[in-house]
Amino acid sequence: MKLQQKEEPLPDLLEKDQPLLEVKDLSLSFRQYREGLRETDLQVISKLDITLYKKEIVAVVGASGSGKSLLASAILGLLPENAFLRGTINFKGKPLSPERQEHLRGEEISLIPQSVSALDPLMKTGKQVQAVIKGKNKKAVQQEIFDKVGLPSKTSNSYPFELSGGMVRRVLAATSLASSADLIIADEPTPGLDPFALKETVNYIKQLAENGKGVIFITHDIETALKIADKVAVFYAGQTVEIAKVENFCGSGENLRHPYTKALWNALPQNGFVPLPGSQPLLSEVAEGCIFHPRCPVKTDLCKKKQPESKSKNGEMVRCFYA
Amino acid sequence: MRTKRISLYILSQAAKLLTLLIAISILSFMLVSYSPIDPIRAYIGGDMLRVSPEQRANIEEYWGLNEPRVSQYLNWANSILHGDLGTSLLYRSPVAQVIAERFVASLALMAIAWLLSGIFGFILGIIAGMKKGTWIDRLIKGYCYVLSATPTFWLGLVVVIVFSVWLGWFPIGLGTPAGILEQDVSLTDYLRHLFLPALTLSIIGVANIALHTRTKLVETLNSEFIWFAKAKGEKGLKLLWRHGLRNISLPAISLQFASFGELFGGAVLTEQVFSYPGLGQAIVEAGLGGDVPLLLGIVLFSTIFVYVGNLMADILYKVIDPRIRKEWN
Ligand SMILES: Nc1ncnc2c1ncn2[C@@H]1O[C@H](COP(=O)(O)OP(=O)(O)OP(=O)(O)O)[C@@H](O)[C@H]1O
Ligand code: SF4
Ligand SMILES: [Mg+2]
Repeated sequence: MKLQQKEEPLPDLLEKDQPLLEVKDLSLSFRQYREGLRETDLQVISKLDITLYKKEIVAVVGASGSGKSLLASAILGLLPENAFLRGTINFKGKPLSPERQEHLRGEEISLIPQSVSALDPLMKTGKQVQAVIKGKNKKAVQQEIFDKVGLPSKTSNSYPFELSGGMVRRVLAATSLASSADLIIADEPTPGLDPFALKETVNYIKQLAENGKGVIFITHDIETALKIADKVAVFYAGQTVEIAKVENFCGSGENLRHPYTKALWNALPQNGFVPLPGSQPLLSEVAEGCIFHPRCPVKTDLCKKKQPESKSKNGEMVRCFYA
Repeated sequence: MRTKRISLYILSQAAKLLTLLIAISILSFMLVSYSPIDPIRAYIGGDMLRVSPEQRANIEEYWGLNEPRVSQYLNWANSILHGDLGTSLLYRSPVAQVIAERFVASLALMAIAWLLSGIFGFILGIIAGMKKGTWIDRLIKGYCYVLSATPTFWLGLVVVIVFSVWLGWFPIGLGTPAGILEQDVSLTDYLRHLFLPALTLSIIGVANIALHTRTKLVETLNSEFIWFAKAKGEKGLKLLWRHGLRNISLPAISLQFASFGELFGGAVLTEQVFSYPGLGQAIVEAGLGGDVPLLLGIVLFSTIFVYVGNLMADILYKVIDPRIRKEWN
């Protein structure tokens, strides 16, 4: 009887405490045909966790190839055909089935893609943005948003090939601003922007969160992440190794709990520029033990044999035996 | 700036065509003059035995056959420049007139085949591309590969056997019913004679455009902008219409224009099988019958025909594709 009460929270708690997005123990592999017809599974994500509430910005930080874009595709339900996904993704408390994903794409979940070739080369940019706007006056709404992100008004009649890389980025960001989605996944929306445009974009994204939306901000640039986010999720070789509050990135990283996060922080120019030797392995290359152990400065024998479980507390998380 | 570019384009294209025509005319003139064709035999035909050696020499003298080949060519080229293609030995009428009459017949055949194969090829390509990997895709692909490997004349014979001999729905050959005066031939008669050759030529033409469209669509559907359009919530036929067709129709139309060469080649064989009185049949007759003026005339004409097709493909890109159009303004 007691248990059941726990499972049904009070109605006013429901709204506030229910995460907008909840990714739990996600793993992803690609079915590959190597050496003729032998089928192998290439594991690229395992034990990936992330939780996002309304009005919150969670930055996802990780080196190239750590699985950041694949997480975005998995949430949207737009993975390549040979991808095989396991684990839980809940949106507004309910699991995301393929049908639900198809229904929610562009409506409640919006993406700012990483690639600048995401625009149709043969369609005017204005029209491409108007596709996500509901109701009448699509043109006026789109024009207003272009103004807001600092795109000259003639941009809407331009084809993508007539725009610079930075302008395309702003068109892509405008697409998300124009949609009425509650969850925005921004996959590296800032490279190629000048400092002014970068500041503007960061401000819009912050504004979106203030207006009640949730934002996943994917980047490999920890400094931008710290400027914008409430929490930082650190990815390493397809795993979440730590989720830390932004305040904890300070000093010499004594509040950070995972050795990799500390190393990232201390590699920044203003924090001593201490490089971390070695490079990120493929998930499949580390057969057993902690995924980070080949590079970990504080590893023990235990780390080589056993995988650490994640430990969560107050919305923060870490995956290390000694944190 | 714009007019200058356009005039430059026209000039350069005209220069290209001219060079091409000169090269083709020299080449074909040489081939013909070294071939065993005897124009006098072709002209006189069955009465050859009654021509004495002196008479023969006179004709050779009159036609300039004793002159060196170079001056023979220059004479011929000169009269072409003056608008005179010469007289057909087989038809005993001006080459230009024969080509004009035959071309009208061929044009009906080729235009129908061009349109039908273009439309059906495009549709089949889209279906296969959208259903990639399914049985319907394999069916369409298989059909196209079989067609590409099928000789045109063989397909023509199959069509004749099925539709004319077995079913008796259509006449076996010719452009009009035999034994009827030209003024008595009705439109229905023309169409009935046109149907099977046009069908054959269309069936052959489908393969190329269908396979090309399929590949192009598959490539487009795998592109990042289609992926992003899906992320924006676009799906199904609307997605195909907004982002797919736009990106595959231009290459398809261009390909269709650039295939005038194959179209003409196909028409030659098809007209042969059906004894259809078009340009293709005329070129075979001219070749076999030693009708040199007609043969050379048709060679030059078909060169222009194929060239115009390629030119249209090129211009289409310049007019429709915004990426290239912008460079022009
Ligand atoms: N279609 C695929 N087939 C096989 N492996 C893939 C495929 N797509 C991605 N991968 C692999 O999955 C891993 C994660 O890729 P992902 O694109 O998510 O990286 P990322 O973190 O976004 O990197 P970046 O910062 O460069 O964008 C990489 O090692 C990549 O090689
Ligand atoms: S578990 Fe061991 S190897 Fe892994 S990060 Fe912690 S200390 Fe390093
Ligand atoms: Mg990426």
